[in-house]
This record gives sequence, structure tokens and C-alpha cells, in this order.
Amino acid sequence: MTAPTSRPPAPSHASAGLSNSSATNPATGWEHLFTDEHEQLRASIRGWVDSEIRPHVQAWEDAKWVPGSVFRALGETGFASTWFPTELGGQGGDHLHDAVWTQEIARAGSGGVAAALSAPTTIAAPPIVKFGSEAQRQRWVPPVLRGEQVAALAITEPGTGSDVAGIQTRAEKVDGGFVVNGEKCFITGGVRAQYYVAAVKTSGEGGHGGISFLVIERGEQPEGIEDDPVALGAARGDGISASLIDKLGWHASDTALISFQDVFVPEDHLLGELDGGFKLIMANFQWERLSMALGAVAGMDLAFEQAKAYVAERTAFGRRIADFQGTRWALAEMGTQIEACRALTYETLRRHVAGEQVIQEVSMAKLMTQRALVDVVDRCLQLHGGAGYMKEYGIERAWRDARLGPIGGGTDEIMKDVVGRLMGL
Amino acid sequence: MATDQVLKPDHAASSRHPIFTEEHEAMRATIRRFVETELAPHADEWEETTFPDWVFTRMGELGFLGLSYPEEYGGQGGDYAYNLVLAEELARSHSGGMVMGVAVHTDMANPPIKMLGTHEQKLRYLVPAMKGEKIACLGITEPDAGSDVAGIKTTAVRDGDEFVINGSKVFITNGHRADYIVLVTKTDPDAGYAGFSLFIVDMDSPGIVREKKLMKAGMAASDTALLSFTDVRVPAANLLGEEGKGFYHIMWELQGERLIGAVGAVASCDLLIERTLQYAQERTAFGRPIGKFQGIRWKFAEMATKVEAARQLNYNTARRVMAGEYPVREISMAKLYASRIACEVADECLQIHGGNGYMREYGIERAWRDLRLNRIGAGTDETLLEYIGRSYGI
Repeated sequence: MTAPTSRPPAPSHASAGLSNSSATNPATGWEHLFTDEHEQLRASIRGWVDSEIRPHVQAWEDAKWVPGSVFRALGETGFASTWFPTELGGQGGDHLHDAVWTQEIARAGSGGVAAALSAPTTIAAPPIVKFGSEAQRQRWVPPVLRGEQVAALAITEPGTGSDVAGIQTRAEKVDGGFVVNGEKCFITGGVRAQYYVAAVKTSGEGGHGGISFLVIERGEQPEGIEDDPVALGAARGDGISASLIDKLGWHASDTALISFQDVFVPEDHLLGELDGGFKLIMANFQWERLSMALGAVAGMDLAFEQAKAYVAERTAFGRRIADFQGTRWALAEMGTQIEACRALTYETLRRHVAGEQVIQEVSMAKLMTQRALVDVVDRCLQLHGGAGYMKEYGIERAWRDARLGPIGGGTDEIMKDVVGRLMGL
Repeated sequence: MATDQVLKPDHAASSRHPIFTEEHEAMRATIRRFVETELAPHADEWEETTFPDWVFTRMGELGFLGLSYPEEYGGQGGDYAYNLVLAEELARSHSGGMVMGVAVHTDMANPPIKMLGTHEQKLRYLVPAMKGEKIACLGITEPDAGSDVAGIKTTAVRDGDEFVINGSKVFITNGHRADYIVLVTKTDPDAGYAGFSLFIVDMDSPGIVREKKLMKAGMAASDTALLSFTDVRVPAANLLGEEGKGFYHIMWELQGERLIGAVGAVASCDLLIERTLQYAQERTAFGRPIGKFQGIRWKFAEMATKVEAARQLNYNTARRVMAGEYPVREISMAKLYASRIACEVADECLQIHGGNGYMREYGIERAWRDLRLNRIGAGTDETLLEYIGRSYGI
């Protein structure tokens, strides 16, 4: 790295890129979709993320843990629960409101923080809302929306990821309930969770027709351990233990390996129909994937803004690097890629909110945006030169975090299979 | 969302973009019938002969040349979305050269007359143009100036009530058949960007020579001319728009040209994928239809994803144009992205067709050659990258 004096200062919130106030609005050109009401919500969330989240991101990344108090603070704002029915403690909005939350928490600049705070409401609670009985909904959903409890969706296992029909965790029918044995891994929120929304095998052959969803509760949490992952993960006489898994990125996210040993689950913890769990998995995927696409578009916007600011100040060979044609074209390439992703994602969002079945388009949006994020963040890192490789600028974190996109929520390969099969192949 | 809906995706559900109404769809059906019965059967023949002028008169008769032009001048008075419908449906002719010839008339040369022309100019040129009785061409590029529009050398010098034009224009689509040209000239060599003016020039004016028919890599159905202008006298009344504003006028024109090009490129991709999908389902190798191989299925998924992104970028940009915005950056992005993916899709479709793709019979190689122009015409990839890069004002 040469001439450090000409290197622009790192952003004031080193963890999070540019000050949000100078940012472009992701809704520009899409005012027919995001109305004034959504933009007011956006401004509120952005302010909250700026003051309550971004200043702490680096510390949480280093600690590999987001404090429990942050979940409660989020619960008080209601930002993560806009689309939930009011009778469950939500605001009765729709997925457009949730899209705004997804985009704005992505601007915290940490995939791990965004995942930790969003997973309970984006992926764990929805199956209960959609398929649970009234009693189940009232019992499990409101505490999660208040941030008092954390729920985790548990599907993936050490031996099966994309091939969800291949899960091996068994639930044996016993008098009054089930006994669960098996392992789940890569579970976001798995150490902290008070309960899991878990896919288990309930018939001998398993597969598409033999999977059920159970709500598996942990034993009562001892006082004073909410921010102690080791203590939280230990079994509490409930047959469940969980431990953190070290990762390439998403450091602030609690990603767990969970073991169930002879865990008794009462029969009123069955969600939906016995052996009918496969469709719960599929139902949840659409919004999960669309959220990932929305988050990626916001992540690209953020990295792009930061790179634009950097090249405008950094000088080399006697001029600002922004004044080289190669830099201008790099920006143009990224900008075009981002707008194409935005158009595909937002139009799919519009149709999804309107109630259309857009499985193919959701899969396309997920496929395209996750790869584009990896590519755009890599280009932004490159424009930062050596500074991009340093933690100070936050780009290297975005670069590491982005790499999960083409794997999580359905790999690129699964997305291509879905799209190709829907085309009749 | 109920369980049964989740399990039974309804792919017949409305996928119509909000810019299109029932009326647009009815027009789409009408145009499609016309394209399939009256144009597509001639596509192969026109590769050898270039397409005949009756395409214009027939389309004029059917009202397709003036879909979004004022009724006062013989148009249909529709909105801009009709231009998109026309571009999308014309692509189904499989004759890229014919589509380009028509698009020059409907979406490139005549829009400046509609936008800037006097009542007299509109009566004289637009009215017959809507009927297809007069054919338009557009003169921007010169032998020494393409992307760098400001570098043109054709001059127009005032002489009393007339201007005298000297210079040459190249790569002019419809240049051999056109009755008039919308011509970019320099009226004040010292005024920089403020020194350009547009003229409508009758192509039978003395001093205009249609020098040669240019041979091309593709777009063989279109006629492409090198034109020379020697002391061509044009009445001052044929000045289009304001004297000295020609550069800005033509930059405005290019936006419409780019967006319609992007929409046409996506429509061509749709058609290519449609045909290639059919091929992959019928062609067998190693004991099964090639479409049943995962590698081939993924190629389709990749193509369809890019095409869908390009489509939505085009449509949202068109929506903004229709709402009165002037989103030049997004128009540039839409044109850049659609042109590139069209070339990629054409190449991948040719690949899936194997040896057949390389043969004329299947029409894929023609599309492969034709679409290559999209990355050059109406602003090269490089010009657009430069524009987009500068648009951030950094």
C-alpha cells in the first residue's frame, strides 16, 4: 500500500461503511411499490440501525455473539414483526413492510447480525403462524415478536442439506407425544433458542411423505446465562445440547450444531399434519429466498456506495482513481448488475405480495442476487486495494459474509434445478 | 398463503406487467397473428433479397406504424407501451433485419418529428409515414464518427431561406429505400455542442447519392447505406426542432432507440429459448432427451434468469418513461444488459442445438449473427459504460 496520506479515512462507523444519511434510497424508481408509508418505516428503521446497531457491529463480530438485550430492544420497536397479525403482537402489515426491514437491517453491514436478528421472525415463526393452531400461535409467537424468546428453524443435518427429504432425525410416537433423537446443524440462533421449529422423520421411510414439524422446547433457562454461549448450549436435563460452529463469515450469528437425545415432545407440539411437514418446508422457502434477494440488493447498494466514496477520494498516479476509465467502467458494470437484480427482485416482490405464485421468479431472484452480491462485493474490495483487505473498512467482512448467499436458503444448484424443472425439463 | 396453493403453483397466473392493459394484450394478439401469417413465412427469403417495401404499407394499413402517434396525424393515439408490444411481437418474425428497418421508422426517425416537428412538417411527413407511404431513415453516424456523435463533419450552411448540406453518412438503415432522412448536421462549427441542428431532408433532393449497399455479418434483411450529400439544398422550413439544439435533440432520440432495442433483444431471447426448449425436449442423445440432462437443464435456468432480470429492468424503466421521468442512466443500463445477455443466450442456444445450430435451417445461427449488432448499434457497450460511469457524478 502506497502513500497512506492519500488514503481516504475509513468510514466513521468502521464496521458499517458509509454514514447512512448520504445513501441513495433503494426505492428510487420503485415508488409505485414502496409508498410513503413504507418510506416512513424505512427512515425509522434506518435511524434505529444507525444509532443502535452499527456502532456495535464490530464488537459483536469479535465476540461472535449479539447480546440478548438487542433482541428485546428490537422487539420493542416492532420492526421485525410488521407483517404478523396484530392479535399475535405484530402490526398487521404485509411482506412489503418486512422487505423494508430486511433491506435496512442488511445495511448494518454484517450478515451475521442481520441473520441473528431476522431469523426468528423471517424463518422460524412463519411456519407456526401459517400452520399452527390458534393455541400454538398464541403460545409461541408473541414472545418471539417481543424479543423475549428466540426461535430457531431446524431442518439441515450433518448428513443432509439441500436434500431435505433425506433428514434422519427421528421422532418415535410414544404415549402422549414423541421421543426425538438426532442432530441438526447450521442452525441460526440454535444456541440461544428457547425452542426449535424442527423437521423430524415420523414414519419409517421418511422422505416427502414421512416428515413432520415439531416445536421442541428447551428446558427452563437458568438466570444470568443469556449471553454465555457455553452455558446456554449445555443440556438442562432436556436431552438437548448445542454448540457454536466457527465460520468463514457471519461471525456475529449464533450458528449451532444441536443434538437431541431421547427428547420427549408432547403431542400438542406437532405443527400441522402428521407426516405433512414437507409442505411446511416448501411453503417457508419462498419468503426466505425472496428476503435473501432483498437483503443482497441492499448489501450491493451499501458496498457500491462505499466504493464510490472511496474512489472519489483516493488518489494514485496524480489523480483520483475515480478519474480512470477503468474505475468508471467498473462502477458502470456494478451499477448495471445491481439495477438488473433490483428489477427482478422488486417485480417478484410485487407479484408475491399481490398473491401470485412466483416460485420460478423467486428462485431466479435468489440465484441471481446471491451471486451478484459475491461479485459486486469482490469488485468493491478490489477498488479499495489494500485497504479493502483490512478490517477497518468493512468491505472484507461484506466479502466473506456474501459467500454464504449462494449456499444458504437453497444452493445455486438447487435454484437452477427448480427453474429448469419449472420450464418443463 | 394456504397449503394447497403452495403445493400447486399456478403458472397460468397473471404475469402481465402493470404497464400493459387488456387493450395492449388485444393489440398484441392482433400483431402476433399478422407477424406469424404475413411476415414470418418470408424471413428466409428476405435474408437474400432484403425485405420489401410492402411491409410498411401493409403495417400502415393495419395501423401498426402509428400506435403511439397522435390521431391528428394518422396515428392510433396509444401510449408508449404499445411500442413495446410491437417490438416484442415483431421479434417473432425471425427476421432481425426487417424488425430493425421497421423500428428505425417507428421508434427512431419519426419520434423526433412527433416531438419537435411543426404542424406542417407533421402533415407532410408523419401523415404519409403512418400509412407506410413514406419511409424514414435516420442519419447520425459518419465514416469518421460513430459513438462520438459530436465528432460529425456533415455541415449545413444557411443561404437565404435554405441550408446547403455537405457531407456523408454511413450504416444508414433503410438508406436505400427511404423517402426522407432525419439528418444530424453541424450548423455552427465553432459552437461546440450548441452547433448542431436536425433537418428533415427529402431523399430525392439533388446532390444526394445512395452510394452503396453495405454487406454485413447479420441483419441481412435490412438495407444499409452509405450516403453522400453534395450541395444539397434544403428549405429552412425543414429544420427540425431548434437550430443549435440538434445534439440534445438527438441524444433524446437515442434514449427511445435504446429502450426499444433492449425490449426487442429480450423478445428475441424469449423466442430463442422457446425454440431451443422444444429442441431439447425432442432431441435425444445417450438414450434420453437432452433436456433431461442436468447440465442442459441448468443452462436453461441460467438463461431464463438473465432474461427475466433484463425484462424487468426494461419494463420498470419503460414504466418510468411513461410516468414522465427521463431515467437516462437506467435506459443505458437496460440497453447494455439486454444486448449482452441476448448475445449470450443466442450463443448458448446455438450450443444446445449442436451441429444443427450451426446450420441455416434452424434459424439459430441467424439470430446469433443478428443480435451481435445490439452491442454496437444505438450506443456501443463501451459508450454506455462510459455514460453510466460518469452518471454517478464522482
